[in-house]
Amino acid sequence: MNLAWPLTLGALLFSIGVYGVLARRNAVLVLMSIELMLNAVNVNLVAFSTWIRETIAIGQIFALFVITIAAAEVGIGLAIVLLIFRNRETINIDEIDLLKW
Amino acid sequence: MSYYWQYGTLGALTAVGGAFVVIAFLGNRLMRPRKPRVEKATTYECGMDPVGEGWSNTHIRYYLFAFLFVIFDVESVFLFPWAVQLEKLRPQGTVLVEMIVFIGILAIGLLYAWKKKVLEWVK
Amino acid sequence: MPFVAPHIAWHGIAPELALVGGALVALLIDAVKPAVDRRFLAGLSLATIGLAAWFTFDLRDTRAVIMQGTLAVDGVALFGRLILLITAAMTILISYHYLSRRRIHRGEYYPLLLLATSGMTLLAASNDLLLSFLAIETLSLALYVMVGFARRDEKSQEGALKYFLLGAFSSAFLLYGIALTYGATGSTQLSVISKQAAVASVDERLMFVAVAMIAVGFAFKVAAVPFHMWSPDAYQGAPTSVTGFMAAGTKAAAFIGFFRVFLVAFGALQWDWRPVLWIVAVATMAVGSLLAIAQTDVKRMLAYSSIAHAGYVLIGLVAANRDGVSAALFYLLIYAVMVLGAFAAVIVSAPGGSERLSLAEWGGIGRRYPVFGGAMTLFLLALAGLPPTSGFTGKFLLFAAAIKAHENALVVAATITSVVAAFFYVRLIVLIWLQDPPPDDGHPGIGPTPALITSLGIAAAATIVFGVWPQSLIDLARNAISHGFVG
Repeated sequence: MNLAWPLTLGALLFSIGVYGVLARRNAVLVLMSIELMLNAVNVNLVAFSTWIRETIAIGQIFALFVITIAAAEVGIGLAIVLLIFRNRETINIDEIDLLKW
Repeated sequence: MSYYWQYGTLGALTAVGGAFVVIAFLGNRLMRPRKPRVEKATTYECGMDPVGEGWSNTHIRYYLFAFLFVIFDVESVFLFPWAVQLEKLRPQGTVLVEMIVFIGILAIGLLYAWKKKVLEWVK
Repeated sequence: MPFVAPHIAWHGIAPELALVGGALVALLIDAVKPAVDRRFLAGLSLATIGLAAWFTFDLRDTRAVIMQGTLAVDGVALFGRLILLITAAMTILISYHYLSRRRIHRGEYYPLLLLATSGMTLLAASNDLLLSFLAIETLSLALYVMVGFARRDEKSQEGALKYFLLGAFSSAFLLYGIALTYGATGSTQLSVISKQAAVASVDERLMFVAVAMIAVGFAFKVAAVPFHMWSPDAYQGAPTSVTGFMAAGTKAAAFIGFFRVFLVAFGALQWDWRPVLWIVAVATMAVGSLLAIAQTDVKRMLAYSSIAHAGYVLIGLVAANRDGVSAALFYLLIYAVMVLGAFAAVIVSAPGGSERLSLAEWGGIGRRYPVFGGAMTLFLLALAGLPPTSGFTGKFLLFAAAIKAHENALVVAATITSVVAAFFYVRLIVLIWLQDPPPDDGHPGIGPTPALITSLGIAAAATIVFGVWPQSLIDLARNAISHGFVG
């Protein structure tokens, strides 16, 4: 297998995620972009794990942990977004600006 | 080369499956009467009239159920590698106890959710 | 492919097992009996921390890498646990009445605090990037919820959202860096990485990107410039007790993890990362000190001050020698105590749920309540790094380590920013003592309680004792690193 292909895919997905976090103003979409970044890492981990051919496949085990952490992050993130939406009727992160300077 | 012939069965099954769908739909089209009317052209949605737009909000109360599902679904990921390797692992008793502890922690989480009335359908 | 069940040395993670066990028990009690007396939960948490401290003490002579090389039992890990357990115990003391006053005394606070502490102690002891990542997430996920603990308070919600979004964003960077490190070296274990990174066959470009991304991830967690944007918002929005816990605990845990990863795993690449962290350290000290001057909110000012302090601790990492590590350990402990004291003073400053947040409300408070004003003054002097407080000793040790590593320019920069920083601390001290107290400042007096007085007393005593007689603690910190990191 050519390692360059999955790594390029991972790097592209990660970049799309970074762009999403920086460009999107909707908190839920920012959250989804972060998830995309985590999954880009999973692509990398699994690709490396196959390429290195080590016996205990740390990369794949790591990917399982990342999936779990991502799920937990989504849960807490959505709960916080929900809390804010109930109070302010908006989840536009430009309008959430009580705290500055 | 013979290794790849093992996939022949899979290929044949795919071909038969595809042919089944094509023949069924083609036969249907050839045999059925054709009398178009306006009502018949509307989207069929369980007998209800499709009113409004395609975009609709799901009630927020589904969120907690979806979330609980995702969490427990993801935790089960850790059960699979364990279950596959359980027979070979030594000492077996310890390995079993570890998984019981893991599931026990999840059970405490579920108990917490239950006691906080998260599992009840609020109207 | 045969798997061998790993040998698990339970005693090595006994402190964490105690913390997690205590958290689960507290959660169960809260779930089954929601009306349980909060004093019971607080007592249970303190007992759990005591048990964890006892298990930690039990490990004092053990030096080993356990759990298939994922966990280090060494002096640094033990000293880190010491800092973090003290932080957690003091946080409970300052939380109890504060949460009741603000009517946010929900039972979940204690399990979350214990879980966050367990993540922090694991991070301090982690010898594997996989475990480091899991520990960082354990402490972060619990802290996201704790920052938003005042559910009805819009500031608390906003702080939680910002902390969460930027924290998760930085975790992704850290993770990408870990994946690249794994790809370049074939392992996530720090000692294996350090061996692989030194050989010529390793892909240097991959390693550089990996080290840079892991540095970004850790810089976010310790709030170093330019990745500090979340910290003033999160610190200001969070309930004050949680702010103290974050400033003391998260910073200490993240720094110990930062030190261990960079000095053990990336030690061979130090000529590449030290210049970068040099710039980061100077920028962190300068930005933290300068922006703190412009603040009018006490919590936000302390947040910027905490950014500046992250810069001082980074000096220890740039020095990259044993003196740097021991000085940083010393500094993290005394900083944890004095910043918790300062936030305890903010909590004491008013009897109701609303503290004296605006600087103007502190005018003349020392004339009315000399003891309270004296305690706050002591913490501010320590934060400014003036003698005879522990802050002075800590800075002195860090600067000495940097000079030993021939980083003289760094010490000059740090001294200049210390002078700038002293300005806003002294300004508040002047406000406390020299201004006439207004006839009605909107707060009926101050609100000391036994628990708060105890924590203020402990913090003040430690700040003076380790300022005047620091030798025993310095020796403890030096012993912690005298044999280096294990692994």
